[in-house]
Amino acid sequence: MSEKPDIRLLMGNEAIGRGLIEAGCDLASAYPGTPSTEVLSSVVRFLQESPTRMHVEWSVNEKIAYEVALAASYAGKRSAVVMKQVGLNVAADPFMRSAYLGVKGGMVVIVADDPGPHSSQNEQDTRLFAHLAKVPVLDPAGPAEARGMVIEAFELSEKYELPVILRPTTRICHSRQNVSLGSALDLKRQSRFEKNPARWVATPAFLPALHAGLNDKLALISGEEKFRPLRLEGNGSFGRRCIVASGICHANTHDLLDEMGLLGKIDLFQVRLPYPLHSRFIDQLRGDYDQVLILEETYSVIELQLAHAGAAGRASGLIPGHGELTPDVIREALGGFLDLPRTVEPQFSPSGRGKRPSLCAGCPHRAAFYSIKKCFPRGIFPSDIGCYTLGLNLGAVDTVHCMGACISQGAGFYHAYAQDGGEVPTIVVTIGDSTFFHAGIPALVNAVVQQANIIVVILDNATTAMTGHQPVPHMGLKADGSATKKVPIPDLVRACGVDFLRECDPYDTRRFETLLREADAHCRSEAGGVAVIISKHPCLMDKQAKIDQERFQIEILESCIGCRKCIDQFECPAFAFDEATRKASIVADLCTGCGVCEPVCPVKAIGKRKEGDK
Amino acid sequence: MKQQIIVSGLGGQGVLFLTRIIAEAAVSSGLEVLTSETHGMAQRGGSVISTIKVGAFRSPLILRGSADVGLFLHPLNLEVHRDLMKPDGRLYVNGEPGEGFAAIAASAMAREMGAPVLANLILLGHALRRGGLFCGRPTIETAIRSLSNPKFVASNLAGLQQGFDA
Repeated sequence: MSEKPDIRLLMGNEAIGRGLIEAGCDLASAYPGTPSTEVLSSVVRFLQESPTRMHVEWSVNEKIAYEVALAASYAGKRSAVVMKQVGLNVAADPFMRSAYLGVKGGMVVIVADDPGPHSSQNEQDTRLFAHLAKVPVLDPAGPAEARGMVIEAFELSEKYELPVILRPTTRICHSRQNVSLGSALDLKRQSRFEKNPARWVATPAFLPALHAGLNDKLALISGEEKFRPLRLEGNGSFGRRCIVASGICHANTHDLLDEMGLLGKIDLFQVRLPYPLHSRFIDQLRGDYDQVLILEETYSVIELQLAHAGAAGRASGLIPGHGELTPDVIREALGGFLDLPRTVEPQFSPSGRGKRPSLCAGCPHRAAFYSIKKCFPRGIFPSDIGCYTLGLNLGAVDTVHCMGACISQGAGFYHAYAQDGGEVPTIVVTIGDSTFFHAGIPALVNAVVQQANIIVVILDNATTAMTGHQPVPHMGLKADGSATKKVPIPDLVRACGVDFLRECDPYDTRRFETLLREADAHCRSEAGGVAVIISKHPCLMDKQAKIDQERFQIEILESCIGCRKCIDQFECPAFAFDEATRKASIVADLCTGCGVCEPVCPVKAIGKRKEGDK
Repeated sequence: MKQQIIVSGLGGQGVLFLTRIIAEAAVSSGLEVLTSETHGMAQRGGSVISTIKVGAFRSPLILRGSADVGLFLHPLNLEVHRDLMKPDGRLYVNGEPGEGFAAIAASAMAREMGAPVLANLILLGHALRRGGLFCGRPTIETAIRSLSNPKFVASNLAGLQQGFDA
């Protein structure tokens, strides 16, 4: 008697997390980042269902996460590391070398790409990064396939002693599908690190041989029949033409051909392993087809390896060289490639961009930004990655680059202005708590040593808010919610050599502004130096935080002149403009009663009283 | 059975919850389903969209002009997402009626019920009553029961009922 299959609706990231459990993974590490975050959170949830001894951690950054997983693999264990695409830039150093040295236990590097991009600072293609590193990469076309590929990736990794990348994209990560689950697996491996300095220490003398060995492995992998692209055969209607697609592009193409009645009329290949591309597949395409349409995200990885004379793709110019290949873009490409009649334009076309995101009502970041902008209207404001990037709507964020860059950029601005003589504008850097731990600490040490007279405001909201509230090292929590040692931010700041350190709740705007001015005076004093203010107030997405804080009744008084300052400059979503009365109004559903808005109104028309008071 | 559905709204309005309920209803009806959701920064009050494809599909994304059903939790999003609708697609909008579509004041009704977040389920109830979805009300109710925080099952079902009866 067979058991009823366990079919569940899983998000792509959850399906990948489930795959790790079913592959007998012993250690999983990650740093949160959209669209990859839910992989590790789902591992934690699945482990609650079927506990194994897997070590699961939110590491401080991706480089560290990578190195932790790598060493577990040296010891013979199966390990996985999870990050978003730009996280691999942070982990590039250990990643690149791990191709040469290889691994022992299977190691799967899950890197989520973000074609579009929807939630990232670029749309770089991890498949091309894999090519650069000479590491195999798998490209799933849906959540269910992604789960299975985790298991295939471990097997491939162990067979060739190489790390293997699994590269889902946003549309896989944040897609849900009914997925059949297998059972959790415990391989019961005992750690056994075999010392081998020629490999694990690998001084330059050993690297040519290791590199040659890597090339040999890749040649073998590109001959693996298991990863030869799958063909859905056509009936020859389109002569010596075929379509090659990978990842979500394949899924979209399949649906489109189906809708257009063309499925089974032209050969359609799905590439599951875009690098190294199957060698006989390359020969087959060159021999059997005159024209090949290549659909891939986001860069030309298959197209470049194919080097086919009749290739039509991103590199050939048939398809735009940037952006997501949405069904609409692919529909257009198919039309051009297959000489189809042009379709009728849909009835409606987008006439606007909808509403832009903004900081939540009651967000402590808004309070901090408002005060910073108010104190230093001509300041320069480098900022960083997180919810607080939205401070740009308030004019309090001038630059956002990559994790932790704001402190170094602030220092760079300082040195650039200072060498001119004359007055240096006040430079106020804003960085979130998680970002500070991730890459801010070395930058702070550097700014101190180089005597950059800047103000660094650490926005401590006690969580990694943007990605869904992962723990931060100063909270003393592990991935599964159990307790661990806390690493307090003030201790770190002092240890970095900072002399001026203050902490303040940004809701207390008067005190916060006083501290900002004191910090500016410190920067401009004879001794000078970096001034740090820790702006401390929990994120209100934490429901308990909202319950715990004092709540005021906010009302718009008759004296409102409808200047819209509270709406446009303070940008709290709890303010709306009443077209009938030409005055501001409070959106009661959204207002958290934080009361920070009171001093914002130039005519004191925002009334604030304690709840219950008349 | 094939149906393509969009759920459009602003971050915080419960677009993801509505998406999961509809998708779960498909799973329990024994149908294949794929969804695509907006996560990340746009969730902070910006325009977000989910797509749901029920039946034999490979991708969750919807070609412009192909959606059979559109649930709009905010009328502002019509300017961004209406192009996905089929010309004869069924449009359900929370707000005031406009050109070519009827509407239901789901937010106002939810506020009266003392729970503004219920606007999503009121709109869903409204769509169910008009026969817009691939499944019936009991299937949706089962999904609501299995996905809701136990504390909110009763109020969520009441929201659906309100929309159904309106």
